[in-house]
Amino acid sequence: MSASPDKSPSSAAGLAAHERVEAATGPPDRDPGRHADQTFARRFLEHVWSTNPVTVTALAVLLAALIGAVLIVVSDPATVAAFGYFLDRPGDALGRSAALVGEAYGNLLKGALVDPATLDRWLSGDADWRQVLYPISETLTYTTPLVFTGLAVAVAFRAGLFNIGAQGQATMGVIAAALAGFWLPLPVGLHLLVAVLAGAAGGAVWGFLPGILKARAGAHEVITTIMLNYVAFSFLTWIVHQPGVQDPGRTDFISRPVDASAQLPRLFGEPLRVDAGVVLAVAVTAGVAWLLSRSTVGFELRAVGANPDAARAAGISVAGTFVLAMTLSGALAGLGGGQAVLGATASALTPSVVAQIGFDGILVALLGRVRPWGVALAALLFGALRAGGNTMQSAAGVSLELVTVLQALIVVFIAAPALVKALFRLRAAGPGGAPTGLAKGW
Amino acid sequence: MVIAVGGRWGRERIVGATLLVVGLLAAWRFGAWAAAVPVRFTLGEDGSGPALSVPGDVGAVVFGALAAVAGAALLAGRWRRWFALLAGAGAFAVVVSLLCWQISNAPQGQSFMPLANTARGTFLLALPLVFGALAGVLCERSGVVNVAIEGQLLMGAFGGALFGTLTGSPWLGLAAGAGCGALVSALLAVFAIRYLVDQVVLGIVLNLLAIGLTGFLYESLMQRNQAAYNEPPKFAEWTLGPLAELPVVGPSLFSGTIFLYLAIALVVILQLALFRTRWGLRTRAVGEHPTAADTLGVRVRWLRYRNVLLAGLVAGAGGASYTLVSYSFTKNMIGGKGFIALAALIFGRWSPTGALLAALFFGFADQLQTYLGAIDSGIPSEFLQMLPYLATILAVAGLAGKVRAPAADGKPYVTA
Repeated sequence: MSASPDKSPSSAAGLAAHERVEAATGPPDRDPGRHADQTFARRFLEHVWSTNPVTVTALAVLLAALIGAVLIVVSDPATVAAFGYFLDRPGDALGRSAALVGEAYGNLLKGALVDPATLDRWLSGDADWRQVLYPISETLTYTTPLVFTGLAVAVAFRAGLFNIGAQGQATMGVIAAALAGFWLPLPVGLHLLVAVLAGAAGGAVWGFLPGILKARAGAHEVITTIMLNYVAFSFLTWIVHQPGVQDPGRTDFISRPVDASAQLPRLFGEPLRVDAGVVLAVAVTAGVAWLLSRSTVGFELRAVGANPDAARAAGISVAGTFVLAMTLSGALAGLGGGQAVLGATASALTPSVVAQIGFDGILVALLGRVRPWGVALAALLFGALRAGGNTMQSAAGVSLELVTVLQALIVVFIAAPALVKALFRLRAAGPGGAPTGLAKGW
Repeated sequence: MVIAVGGRWGRERIVGATLLVVGLLAAWRFGAWAAAVPVRFTLGEDGSGPALSVPGDVGAVVFGALAAVAGAALLAGRWRRWFALLAGAGAFAVVVSLLCWQISNAPQGQSFMPLANTARGTFLLALPLVFGALAGVLCERSGVVNVAIEGQLLMGAFGGALFGTLTGSPWLGLAAGAGCGALVSALLAVFAIRYLVDQVVLGIVLNLLAIGLTGFLYESLMQRNQAAYNEPPKFAEWTLGPLAELPVVGPSLFSGTIFLYLAIALVVILQLALFRTRWGLRTRAVGEHPTAADTLGVRVRWLRYRNVLLAGLVAGAGGASYTLVSYSFTKNMIGGKGFIALAALIFGRWSPTGALLAALFFGFADQLQTYLGAIDSGIPSEFLQMLPYLATILAVAGLAGKVRAPAADGKPYVTA
């Protein structure tokens, strides 16, 4: 399981490369002359039905959805009662179950992609195009912070570090960005830039700490980042009710709102909430992709992650790389936190303003096979689930928590590709699952 | 490794210098801020009865100075052998100095700290941490990292509430809670041992799964019909006759629900079992050097499965203490206590008694927060909340002695 992420073929490009290799060498266990007989379609299907990341992810989503469906059925007492007389009238129980699950997942899709009813109204001229795009806008809104936290975890992963502290780093990012957002009297434009950078800096400090503790004192980053998450959370709950921070008109734990000049502008106007953060997310993803694969820093980072001893022998400062990777990782998570308070989802500090974006970032990083564009796609899937979950909760009355279950299950399955492989009798072709084994032990 | 070990600035000197500075600051500032009223540490549960009494300002100065002396002794480097004692005494003196200042400024008639009450609160708050940390000991001593303690506690609390309510019996609730904890453990075991998933990743994911699962069932069952699904029966308190009358520790050690006695028993049993029995030797061998254990005929994976499941039972029972003593189940009711239990495990150096002491220390920090809130202290409770986490960071950074996990912790055992 210790395969370096580089070896796992990623999405379409990886698949094509893989095909070339297979075509050149041929599967070792088969008759070499058989190739000529195989039609293209058959070979294509064989490649699809193998442990490549796309197939494993799709099957993991399917499995998770199945388990989710069981949960939906089990949690409805009337349907469970119908299963009590299953042998007398099986149609009753099955029909009820199908209706329940269909309504839940149907609303999930409506909330994440497009609602056919709104589309009809738009076609007949009753609705604005913005209303049609509303679900997509919601999906992107929930996606954006996850891109940053997912990239944060992925960057640390590539250096062989397991950063569980994205949550804490995002929290510090939220605090710094919000303070810069309502304390600094700056002109429009500059204010936003400073606030975004403040968020990154806040996260960077919180990432630097475990980095230096690991480099200088050998403290394991998993332990220190877990602990720092809670320190950051306590700090956030403290700072929101300090004079000068707390909203003067409120008695509950909420800060003053961020100045309008420091808020990320919305891209398409009301009611679409998607803001400029999504553009930043794409740019940062491209930046991280460049950094990791094209720059010296990225090379050193990956070298240390692949084999610290070899990297040291090659003259790379392992301790320095640890500190750098954690600081960079923290800065990315801080950007995600800053985006959460400067963007559309919230405009003031509350103890819950960070939500779960840091922990979700870990899942997103794994789902994206710790590659920048993979992380962005994984964040999109998680954002869609979250946005759809809201609709599912309001329209079908199914608790939003189901989304958390689905997300966790998806990642469990992709972290154990051997299980998915066995369940669906996939052909072996590379690891396919999430890269693990980077953070063994304490 | 530079700060941590050896050199002119070994950890003795760093801790010593810190204690010296903090002690002097405490003597100076706390002494100046403290009022000249008697501060009483009463032995009972309220302000009456026998008490240790000291004028607030004098106490703050004296105990601050004591901490500084302990720090100076460490800094001088002569008494290196007494490191644990001196560091502990110094830290204790700082806390007492702080208490003298705080209590002397308490509202009229409240300038006392009931020690029996404090001890009881400390024990009650430490209880779930003890269960959680013991679950960690069981897993990690046999080489499986358990970051899923939070999830095990949460499932235990949920199972206890649900099945306790359905059956009407707290005992069945306890059993079900333990079973639900073991369910999380079973997932941990299968995916870590059979499918070789990274155990830290797995722990994090299982926590989220437990949060999602219990949250989902809470909203779709319990919230809609509280009476049918979420009114768990409660365990009665058992008092061990005259022992409970002992000053200070009596009420906390000898009067409580089944969970108190269970926790104490588990600590004793596990400590003995781990270091004095064949099972314990094998468990430790599997956690330190599985290949050697395998060579000698120990079934490594089987032992790991068994211990991880056992850990789930322990943590699940601990989680049930949330819902079978005083509260109903609420969403995410563990709220990070599982991670404090993990901290207690590490702070207690992966031993049952160490975990107990660490859990008590963290419980005390928690209780202090409640107490200082009650006397209108100016110290923000959020900073006391940070204490366990900061202490653990210092511990793993090498400032509180050597912290070393079992050698094979987190490494799946794969035979070629």
